[in-house]
Amino acid sequence: MTDPTGTVDITASRRLDGNAAAGMLAELFAVDVTTARSRCASCGTTSMLGAHHLYADAPALVLRCPSCTDVVLRYAIREGRILLDLRGAQLLAVLLPAASNESNGA
Amino acid sequence: MTVLSRGFRRGRSDRADDRLPPGQYDVGDAFPVLSAGPTPQTRLERWDFSVHDQTDELRRWTWDEFRALPREAVSVDIHCVTTWSKFDTRWEGVSLDTLLGDVPGTTRYILAASDGGYTTNLPLDEVTAGRAWLVDTYEGQPLAPEHGGPARLLVPHLYFWKSAKWVRRLTLLPYDEPGFWETFGYHNHGDPWREERYSGD
Ligand SMILES: [Zn+2]
Repeated sequence: MTDPTGTVDITASRRLDGNAAAGMLAELFAVDVTTARSRCASCGTTSMLGAHHLYADAPALVLRCPSCTDVVLRYAIREGRILLDLRGAQLLAVLLPAASNESNGA
Repeated sequence: MTVLSRGFRRGRSDRADDRLPPGQYDVGDAFPVLSAGPTPQTRLERWDFSVHDQTDELRRWTWDEFRALPREAVSVDIHCVTTWSKFDTRWEGVSLDTLLGDVPGTTRYILAASDGGYTTNLPLDEVTAGRAWLVDTYEGQPLAPEHGGPARLLVPHLYFWKSAKWVRRLTLLPYDEPGFWETFGYHNHGDPWREERYSGD
């Protein structure tokens, strides 16, 4: 290969969508956060976590903004601890399950 | 075994387990790619590499200027924190001694910054005296983008996350500033022979 910029991006083919993080994130959150809406601290775009870009073969789950590709969330389970870094999520809006919604209503 | 000879320039006659740090396995001919993000696609005519202090750019090279610097070939063992090790990897590039030159006397650490936003921190005295390189060639070929091309750091005596892919800038600092993985619970130093994987190890 003589032109490094002309090659196929193999990491792009390994990229998953954020819904694939649902199982691991369920260890921490009592609600399904893949339907949560997150505002990117870098570019301000709001999108569902499930629609973010997930890189899962690094030393941690790395979730990136689908608009600007900056890091939104990092997550790992390591040595009996859950590590969560939400530095790139300026605001996370999580929909409560229907039952608790009703108890708040009335 | 002295610190400086660890993993460096050993013959194939050495027993593999003597070259394998604790908790590592020999990955053989494979070269795993661990992606924390998209692969940057920086064209060589737009690529540059620079050394900064806290306020100013001190030195800068275009691709052609970088390629004209004195080059070295190194054969080293590399160790990834995800437990694979790879023996006798052959690289070519420029020693960080050449790139850093005479640094300000207050410099104690460097922060390497890459296309795509990745950063990693290193003590100055671990990247000088022939212990670190900026490499653009792997096994005689231009370094592939998935392995950090056009150019990456090579700091083989530390876990491979310290060998930043797609590196474009070194900032000289009087203090330590933890990088991308170092701020996520990974060890600040990362010596594979001491198994410095996570903070607290
Ligand atoms: Zn964004």
